Amino acid sequence: MTPRLSPDARGALGRAGFSRRSFLKGSGALVVAFSSAGVMDTLSEVFAQGFNGTGSPQLDSWIAIGRDGIVTAYTGKCDFGQGLYTAQMQLVAEEVGVPLSRVRLIQCDTSITPDQGTTSGQQSHPTNFNHGNLALAGATARKALIQLASAKLGAPVSDLVARDGLVALKSNPSRSVAYGELIGGQRFNLQLDQDAARKHPKEWTVLGTPVPRVDMRDMVTGHFEFVHNVRVPNMLHGRVVRPPEVGATVGSVDESSVRDLPGVVKVVVKGNFVGVVAQKPWQAMQAAERLKVNWTRGSALSPHADLYAELRRQPARDTLLVDSGDVDARLGSAATVLKATYQHPYQMHGSMGSSCSVADVQGDKATIWSATQSAFPTRNTAAMLLGLKAENIRVVYVRGAGCYGINGADTVSYDAALLSQAAGRPVRVQLSRKDEMAWENYGNAFSIDQRAGLDATGNIAVWDYEAWSAARGGRPGYNTPGNVVTGFLAGSSPAPFAPRTPAPAPDTPLNNNSNTAPSYIAGRVRDSANGAGVIRSERVLSHRVLSPFFTGPLRAPERLQNTFAHECFMDEVASHVKADPVEYRLKHLSHARLMAAIRAAAKAANWEQRPSPRPNRQRTGKVTGRGVSCVCYEGDNGYVAMVAEVAVDQDTGRIQVTRLVVAQDCGPISNPDGMRNQIEGGALQGMSRALGEEVTWDDRKITSIDWRSYRTLPLGFAPPVVDIVLLNQTDVEACGSGETSITVVAPAIGNAVFDATGIRLRQVPFTPERVLAALRASTE
Amino acid sequence: MSLLTLKVNGRSHQVDVDPATPLLYVLSDDLELRGPKFGCGLGQCGACTVIVNGQATRSCVTPVSAVGQNEITTLEGLGSPDAPHPLQRAFIDEQAAQCGFCLSGVVLTAKTFLDRNPRATDEQIQQALSGVLCRCFANVRMLKAIRRYADGRTA
Repeated sequence: MTPRLSPDARGALGRAGFSRRSFLKGSGALVVAFSSAGVMDTLSEVFAQGFNGTGSPQLDSWIAIGRDGIVTAYTGKCDFGQGLYTAQMQLVAEEVGVPLSRVRLIQCDTSITPDQGTTSGQQSHPTNFNHGNLALAGATARKALIQLASAKLGAPVSDLVARDGLVALKSNPSRSVAYGELIGGQRFNLQLDQDAARKHPKEWTVLGTPVPRVDMRDMVTGHFEFVHNVRVPNMLHGRVVRPPEVGATVGSVDESSVRDLPGVVKVVVKGNFVGVVAQKPWQAMQAAERLKVNWTRGSALSPHADLYAELRRQPARDTLLVDSGDVDARLGSAATVLKATYQHPYQMHGSMGSSCSVADVQGDKATIWSATQSAFPTRNTAAMLLGLKAENIRVVYVRGAGCYGINGADTVSYDAALLSQAAGRPVRVQLSRKDEMAWENYGNAFSIDQRAGLDATGNIAVWDYEAWSAARGGRPGYNTPGNVVTGFLAGSSPAPFAPRTPAPAPDTPLNNNSNTAPSYIAGRVRDSANGAGVIRSERVLSHRVLSPFFTGPLRAPERLQNTFAHECFMDEVASHVKADPVEYRLKHLSHARLMAAIRAAAKAANWEQRPSPRPNRQRTGKVTGRGVSCVCYEGDNGYVAMVAEVAVDQDTGRIQVTRLVVAQDCGPISNPDGMRNQIEGGALQGMSRALGEEVTWDDRKITSIDWRSYRTLPLGFAPPVVDIVLLNQTDVEACGSGETSITVVAPAIGNAVFDATGIRLRQVPFTPERVLAALRASTE
Repeated sequence: MSLLTLKVNGRSHQVDVDPATPLLYVLSDDLELRGPKFGCGLGQCGACTVIVNGQATRSCVTPVSAVGQNEITTLEGLGSPDAPHPLQRAFIDEQAAQCGFCLSGVVLTAKTFLDRNPRATDEQIQQALSGVLCRCFANVRMLKAIRRYADGRTA
């Protein structure tokens, strides 16, 4: 990948001020990604984009065809390692009807691609692969090409077929015309056509096939350009100096403390934002170490050990998603009431690469090379921080290390922009490992109470969910740069927090976007019933409190924490009534696709039907067990079930996950190997989060600041066998698949540990110390 | 600052740097190589790995002056997109990466280990990679690719 500009192309684009229209006048082959080709000095003739996160209604914003038949597509959904770049190329090739080799794809460049907001929440498939946006653009282009060919060839549309870059007569395939001849170098001047038919998955020849990643070869041989590799002429290197403690503010900065260091160009202070700029990275690092800043302490942090109690003591914003109104009465009259509390810590994205960005702010214009998932929102929020007009800023997406949500990519883009503005030259900033880990937007901590009332037959008659979670800031969106640390330090506020008690009664149909509601409830609000289950006495109540730390979406945000509590609790109830965990789930579900996924996973795992825990367990040594879990991801964006098999060493408390079986239905599959790669990675990342990952702090500061203090699984362990069943559904909408498998891992493992040992783990991560403590407690 | 000569990927380069500068910055900034990457700066993750004198070396904690006249090989020195090294070929065949940021650590650590231990077992390979991270967790594919390469070279 990383197509580079040829010298001719560079000249042409420079003369044209990088305008789309000018590309089209020339050869389509000129249209390639900019990477670090240079600093843009004009922003003329930007094509109409629809700057509102929703893409563009104009076909020409999405697709251009050169005289040589090269199809250049523009997308606002970016690849950060999940394989979306290749999948979107397949989509364009399929819909427009050209071989993959003739597709070029430009992703997330605010001067030339449609504004599709943020790439997140496994929404790229729902957004771009169904009947809108990039998919509809492809279908519209194909329909337009056929109409143009009809006029040119004098043949009826019904006798024409578009494929392999040609429109040919069905009745006489030797009569054809090439796309380049029909439209090459010209605009379509069409709106996206809702009547343009997409190809049915049964007709696919490119989509639906395991096309290898187009970037793999460059990645594996060290040629791929990451944002960390962007170099522009005259570039300096910056380093930020973050507060040493949470809540600390700048008292004074002694610039003379670094004046004698070689290469130091500038010390930058803006509010509580402090940074240094130097000629070389090593010089900037040394200057940042040496710079004397007097910090004023903020208030002390509540102890880490007190996290979950503290969550319940704060003023909260309460939300009722579902409330059938009879929950307390039904719990009062139930034959049996079961109750359990689940705790999930703050966890971090912990990208392999500390975040990096290059910015060039010159006068009232700026270019920012950024690995942000939100190119357009970053443009607007950077404009606020810099005091510039958004339309004068260009954000060019260049891939960073895998982010898994909002890592440091947004904040470091602001860092680079602020330092460049102060220095008057392009500045590259790469965060230190500690600055990345101590100040990123963590995944939220949760404490969740579950209660279920059983009827006389042992079925669940009433489900009551009540959760406390902590949040602060988040994605900056288009107008809140203070949602991440740099914006905050430079003077912007995070999104306001407004406590609210009690919660208003629910009055809109259940949107289970955060999987706050368990799958097993009916989800009735007024006349709607959007749940996936049958339990009609139901309450889902959330308390959101203010976190001392920045938080934000971390792969399967909130859905993972909630699903941990739902799926472990379902297992507890099944065990209590001595029911098989698979059967018991199916009994409480109404959602056919989720039920099919559970059955498929159980079948592939050769699931032994019986209640948990396993009978006749040994009390010492190594024991084995199996557990199941499932979710309708985001309520309606992918259906997944997992069976985990574990071995638990009861002497050491160590959990070894030996096998993970995943069955997944995400609609029509764009690229089966890409989907498998995502499922495998999600499953193992979920394992790492379930077994070891937890953000820690002392009374003043974050203490998980490197790979010794934040425990992630390395490459060097025996990975479980990962067996995957892909349930390819061709007559439904495409769902995402980047966050499905990770969501169900912790409960599947926890349930398997229970099956093996009879101990119930209700707090993530399942460290050996916690397993041992639970084992000891159970024998006392 | 001092003038140093580095042998990187079969070529000699003269650089004028502070001799205490970690090798990584010289490779990625002065020589603009893309293979070795800054992951942690602490020698904990492997993203900066290069081969020095046959040893997988964490370039983020190795002063450039310590390298001397030893031959340095980066990920791009192992093979090229058109002619990847057989180990890189195995990674391509297995599609064994997601974001790819960790690959210097994974590929070069495996390469140097298998050079010394051509008949390594899966457990030994895992042990050799115990200090290497991949946060996308492409572990299954990566271990499969390494196995494929190991089997191929001893076949």
